[in-house]
This record gives sequence, C-alpha cells and structure tokens, in this order.
Amino acid sequence: MSRDMMPHFELIQPSDMDNAFEVLERYGEGAWKLAGGQDSYDWFKDRVKRPQAVVDLNGIEELKGIRETPEGVEIGALTTLAEIAESDLITGSFSLLAQAASRVASPQIRNVGTIGGNVCQDARCWYYRAGMDCYRAGGNTCYADTPEGMNREHCIYGADRCVAVSPSDTAPVLVALDASMVIRNSARERIVAAQDFFIGPDVNIERMTVLEPGEILTAIRIPSTWAGSTFYFEKVADRNVWDFPLVNIAAAIKMSGNTIEDIRIACAGVECVPRRLTVVEDVVRGSSRDEETADLAASSAARGAIPLNFNHFKIPLLENLVRRAIRDS
Amino acid sequence: MLVELTVNGEWKSADCPPETTLLKFLREHLMLTGAKLGCDVGDCGTCTVIVDGESYNSCLMLAARAAGRDVTTIEGLADSQGVHPIQEAFEELGSLQCGFCGPGMIMSAKNLLDKNPTASRHEIKDALSGNLCRCTGYTKIIEAIEGAGRVMSSDKYPQSNTF
Ligand SMILES: Cc1cc2nc3c(=O)[nH]c(=O)nc-3n(C[C@H](O)[C@H](O)[C@H](O)COP(=O)(O)OP(=O)(O)OC[C@H]3O[C@@H](n4cnc5c(N)ncnc54)[C@H](O)[C@@H]3O)c2cc1C
Ligand code: SF4
Ligand code: FES
Ligand code: FES
Repeated sequence: MSRDMMPHFELIQPSDMDNAFEVLERYGEGAWKLAGGQDSYDWFKDRVKRPQAVVDLNGIEELKGIRETPEGVEIGALTTLAEIAESDLITGSFSLLAQAASRVASPQIRNVGTIGGNVCQDARCWYYRAGMDCYRAGGNTCYADTPEGMNREHCIYGADRCVAVSPSDTAPVLVALDASMVIRNSARERIVAAQDFFIGPDVNIERMTVLEPGEILTAIRIPSTWAGSTFYFEKVADRNVWDFPLVNIAAAIKMSGNTIEDIRIACAGVECVPRRLTVVEDVVRGSSRDEETADLAASSAARGAIPLNFNHFKIPLLENLVRRAIRDS
Repeated sequence: MLVELTVNGEWKSADCPPETTLLKFLREHLMLTGAKLGCDVGDCGTCTVIVDGESYNSCLMLAARAAGRDVTTIEGLADSQGVHPIQEAFEELGSLQCGFCGPGMIMSAKNLLDKNPTASRHEIKDALSGNLCRCTGYTKIIEAIEGAGRVMSSDKYPQSNTF
C-alpha cells in the first residue's frame, strides 16, 4: 500500500458555526468533522473511512479556549490537550484533567489533538481499525470475541456483541468531575452529563457517543463542585508514550480530616464507555482513609467483571489502581 | 488547492490536493526531504517539524492547516555559514547511527531548547518522548541536547540567532 496517502476528499474550512452546520447538513452522512485529526487521518490513510467532505472545525474561534464561568470552567471542544495540560485554570482547580491530558499520546500529538476529539475518538479495536466487517462496522460477527481472537485490550464489562473499550484518558476524568457536554446542531443546544454522553453497544453498536451526524460538541463544562479536591490519576499502558491505557483511573475525593466525605471515581479501558465505579464510591464514602478501606475498595472494584480469553489481567490491575487511588491520593 | 506558507523563513506556495499531509507537501511539493516518513501514524516522530513554535508530526497534519503559518524544518537549521548548536553537539558526540530519527529528534530538541535552554535531563526525555530511535539507545542524543542547551544559554550565543 502506498503510504502517507489519503483518498481524495473535499476540504471545507468554515469560520463560524452557522456555516459549519450548513455544510454538515448539505453533505449529511458524507461529512466528517475534523478537529486535530489525530484519530481521523488514521482512518483515512487506511482507507477504511472515506468521507466525501472533511469539515475542518479549527477555524471557528468560539470553539477554542478555556474560560472561567460563575459555575466553574468551560473548555472549548477544539482546545488542544497541550493547552489543557498547561492551563493555570485547569492545573489550579482541576489538576486531575491536566494530569490525564498530559499523559495522552506524545507531545506532538497533544499539540494538535483536542479534548473534543479525545472524547469523540472511535474504538481502537485492531480488527475494526483494520477495516474488518465486524458488528461495529455493520457486519455480523465480532473477531475479537472468538476463541482465537486477540482480545488482550478488550472489555471486562458491558459486552454486547462488541467487546471494544473506551480508549480515552480524559473521558473518565470528565465523568469523575461530573462534567457536562454542550452539544449543538443548527436548531438547538442540548447539555448531556459526561456520564450519559458515552454509549455502549447495547444502545448503539456503531457509535461511541450520543452525537448525531449534524451535531457538534462545542464545549465541556466542569462545575466547581469538585474544584481543588484531592485527586488521583494513574494510567497503565504497555508503553509510557503514545500508548492507549490498558486501564486508567481517575478519582476526585473530598476529605474531611482523614475521612472520605465524598468521592467520584471512574476508569477507562474496561468497558465501551468510561466506567464509573459506584460500588467503590459507596464502599468508601464516610470511611477513614487507610489501608483497610483501600483493601475493601479494591476488593469491590471489579465485581461482576467477565474477562475474555486474554484479558484476565485487567481484574487485578483495576483492583490495584483503585487501591492506590484510595490509599495514595 | 493553493497552499501558501512560510518555510524556514521563505514564503512558499504550491498547488496540492486538499488531502495532502504537510509531510508530503514538504517532501514532494517543496522538495524538502529532511523530514522523514517513518511509521505514517504518529508513533515515531521522524516527521517532526515546528509550526508557529510548536512541534507536530507532519504526517498527521494537513498541509492546508499549515497555510499562512511559519514552518521550520531541519533544512532551516544549517546554512553555508554553519550548523545549529544541536547539530554540532550531535556530530561531536556521535549521537546518531543510521540517522533516520535525526531530523525529528533535532526538531523536538530545538523546540524545547528555544523555550528552555537550561532544560533538565528529565525535561529533555519528556520532550523527546514522541521520537523513536531504533539504533542508539538515546544516551548520546540526550547528552548532546544537554550540551547544546549549555551553548544556547551562554552569553556568547547570539540571542537574535536566525536559526
Ligand atoms: C499514536 C497515537 C497515540 C495515542 N495515544 C493516546 C492515549 O494514550 N490516550 C488517549 O486518550 N488517546 C490517545 N490517542 C488518541 C488521540 O488522543 C486522539 O485521537 C485525539 O485526542 C483526538 O483528537 P483530535 O482533535 O485529533 O480528533 P479528530 O481526529 O479530529 O476527531 C476524532 C473524532 O471525533 C470527532 N470530533 C472531533 N471533534 C468533534 C467535535 N467538536 N464535535 C463533534 N465531533 C468531533 C471527529 O469527527 C472524529 O470522528 C492516540 C493517537 C495516536 C495517533
Ligand atoms: S470488539 Fe467490537 S470493534 Fe472489535 S471486532 Fe468485535 S465488534 Fe468489531
Ligand atoms: S512518520 Fe509521522 S510520526 Fe512516524
Ligand atoms: S540513529 Fe537510527 S533510528 Fe536513531
């Protein structure tokens, strides 16, 4: 295959939202929204996705930047991961997000990859990315969930024909911080809680978020509820740089003395959506932060997990990450 | 489409299909073959160039997105008068073996040292974390960048350096 080549597409670079919506409507399913392109170009180069028109959102100024609001912080969807990792507003109040953003991919990719693209990115299942006609691609089989299927990186929860996982480092953080996603189409704006933004194969096997083709994620709002809390982020990957999480963990904890007053904790890499660990939250809320609570939390973390052939390791991995989040945060 | 941009201080333009990457644009339209095509997917960093003061993998950027901007490639670091302190240090220490990773490594290093010439070893490793070398083991690359940083932060180094 020739390399560094993409099939032809029309490139449209709108400078405002109305223009963008108009183009999205005109091309319908043939349009592809482009942010940093760090997920998109891979699809195009492999010729698996062949959009008719690529709509570059980078020229729309209102989609960029980090703003303080009376309710907390609003991050434009087109803000790069590097900007988020370095922002004073974010490192000051929501260092959890800065930490996760700084662990995504590599410096070069963080300089162009956006937070919107990071949460909207597609599944990284290698069969699917290679263009195989699996369930997620509209076919009628799953190549990962067979006796020989290579499913080391796949899910331990929520399998429903597809066993792919949420690959994002920032998504569980947004769930932990109780963020909301601002979504617009030409007619209206709707706000969706981060937790409900991501959808599993039981809801729609061909999409990972609630976004409809004509919709644009415009911003992410983080309420001040968890600002300045005790945070814990850790990512375990085969390689430290440019590697997706096998499992990552994001926790926001409100301490009162040595007591865990309240907590939100979520992880990626175990389910098709970022998984909020409500059982862990219930177990530790009101307890003192010590080894015993951490052990209890760990033993409840992977309850109900159903591993595939090659990913049993994700159970102790998840348990240990939860133990550390409680003990070492 | 016509893409116009500044490359190594010179205004350039060329006609290319909209799906052309910046890497392809540089190599095949402007005949600047310093930036290399390695992995094609953002893993190796051998295609690294600097656009408006930030490093990017040019294999994962459309040429159209660099339009009107200021691009620096490895070709912009040396002229008939001499080479950049990073290149000098690489040469002195024998930092490279096959050399394929060199253009990307040096651009990532330049991007770091331009902002922070006194970067620590840890900061250097971080800045190079998106650049792979399959030959050397990185030790001499890192030592060279430390050395170049010392040159670039000394009083004698012209602050108005055009490189
Ligand atoms: C080598 C490599 C390593 C990586 N490692 C990691 C990692 O460790 N952790 C991690 O989390 N990610 C990783 N990634 C993924 C990368 O972080 C994401 O692909 C990137 O953040 C996507 O952002 P983007 O702006 O480039 O997205 P794009 O490619 O532009 O978009 C991605 C998808 O989202 C849609 N989209 C983007 N913005 C919007 C919007 N505002 N509204 C509606 N739809 C939108 C696009 O249509 C597209 O389908 C890696 C990628 C590469 C290439
Ligand atoms: S896990 Fe999902 S994406 Fe992967 S082969 Fe199975 S159906 Fe396709
Ligand atoms: S060729 Fe661009 S990152 Fe490898
Ligand atoms: S010297 Fe050969 S890849 Fe670095």
